[in-house]
Amino acid sequence: MGGLDDLYQQLILDHYRNRRGRGRLEGASASVHENNPVCGDECFLDILVEDGRLADIRADGDGCSISQAAASMLTEAARGRDLDDALALVEHFRLVMHGDAEPEEDLLGDAVALEGVARYPVRVKCALLSWLALRDCIAEYRETTAMGG
Amino acid sequence: MGNPAQIALDSARLRAEFPILAAPRPDGGALHYLDSAATSQKPQRVLDAMDAYYREANANVHRGVYHLAAEATDRFEAGRDAAARLVNHPREGTVFTKNATEAINLVAWAWGARELTAGDEVVVTMMEHHSNTVPWQLVAAMTGAVVRFCPVTPEGDIDMDALRGMIGPRTRMVAVVHVSNTLGTINPVGEIVAMAHAEGSLTLVDATQSVPHMPVDAASIGSDFIVFTGHKMCGPTGIGVLAAAPGHLRAMEPFLGGGEMISDVTTDGSTWNDIPWKFEAGTPPIAEAVGLGEAVRFLEDVGPDRIRAHEQEIARVMLDALDEVPGLTLYGPRDPQRRGASFSFALDGVHPHDIGQFLDSRGVCVRAGHHCTKPLMRALGVQSTARASAYLYTTADDVIALRDALVECRQWFGAA
Repeated sequence: MGGLDDLYQQLILDHYRNRRGRGRLEGASASVHENNPVCGDECFLDILVEDGRLADIRADGDGCSISQAAASMLTEAARGRDLDDALALVEHFRLVMHGDAEPEEDLLGDAVALEGVARYPVRVKCALLSWLALRDCIAEYRETTAMGG
Repeated sequence: MGNPAQIALDSARLRAEFPILAAPRPDGGALHYLDSAATSQKPQRVLDAMDAYYREANANVHRGVYHLAAEATDRFEAGRDAAARLVNHPREGTVFTKNATEAINLVAWAWGARELTAGDEVVVTMMEHHSNTVPWQLVAAMTGAVVRFCPVTPEGDIDMDALRGMIGPRTRMVAVVHVSNTLGTINPVGEIVAMAHAEGSLTLVDATQSVPHMPVDAASIGSDFIVFTGHKMCGPTGIGVLAAAPGHLRAMEPFLGGGEMISDVTTDGSTWNDIPWKFEAGTPPIAEAVGLGEAVRFLEDVGPDRIRAHEQEIARVMLDALDEVPGLTLYGPRDPQRRGASFSFALDGVHPHDIGQFLDSRGVCVRAGHHCTKPLMRALGVQSTARASAYLYTTADDVIALRDALVECRQWFGAA
């Protein structure tokens, strides 16, 4: 049953059972709510931007182990990065999920454990849900601050 | 566990007729296909009939004067005869569509879009497949009609008192599923049709999950429209059936326009072909009709009453087996007499997607998701469920494999 171990690495199950960065953020700079129409899973993502950096990031919502672990890993990998760095991180992860890039552990942190998901096309959307939500959330933040200022 | 020897069909022998079930898997294990509510597997004789049609009789139907075209037409129309016979419905009221969804859309557009006006009501239930809600919502948005959803009881039945209160003088259509694809509930469609007719409403019965699994008599149900699909009843994809009262079909304007469905075409307008061809624009799914006809003969040979008896026995085995899985919640009726072959459930602490993935590693195919019944999911208070569904080739071994994999799955994900 190598296939299953390959997909569900211990690190993934650990993040699933002990979610990091879970919940909502009071006074968030921007928020998005996205869902996966295939399974109904949903993700609420809040970011707090200070001095052009992600001072905090929280992900909430329900979903499968892959989507929940990916959200947990995202909050760890993205926190503290400036916005362009965070977008580059998301893009790297997206390419890895589509099998178009080799994962860079320095960049991804624990999320490198999600590498095996790329071989399960149906589950790629689960892993990407929160990560693409961050991309949309940063776009949302930039749009509103551009309009405001 | 129930005693497999009591099962009404020799499913082990029947399985040998299905190439997918008989083929060895790459890892040497058995395939436990428990997703027949999504689509059934196909017996060799259906594949052979379609192959033979292309090899021996391929021509376009109805228009050719040559022998081959006549042979193609005969095989195509024999498929219609078989589909009509299976549900005891006149052939002239038996229209081929792409699938059950298209059959419902045909009624929604050819009847609903022309007949419904602002304030009219279409009554559906909370357990309908999206195919029996979205077409009505589309037509309602255009006509100003209202779609009302009858609630479902906590046991997974249509709330008949609520339905009685909902059907009234404004009701023009009551569209209801015969057997729920998610809960497995068998609904009292005869009673519902009578209730609707008493108020002057038309009815549509979605028999997609009943026709493959049990005797269905369109004449005794008495619905104005009944729909079902080929690929869930051992036939091919790409063909469905609308069994409609012939009088309605004569009165209705066409749904799709084109070749085949016309009587005459002039620059001033057109007149329509006789029913059922009036509703079959363009070259129809010919090989698929041939395949459906053979699927019907296969089901007749096995016997719809025996299939039903077998699935009731499987339901008993399944309900016992699922009871043995810690942390499992079953949705839908617990009485095998009152349920079909779909079993939706939740496993405490494990998401349905993860259940589906884990079970796949054990050769067990189940579906995870909302099963195209999102209003029902919301009513149940869940985002999604896992669903195992049985058919005539399902054995007690399949059910035991499911049970054992579920127990293991819960341990794997570390649920308390």
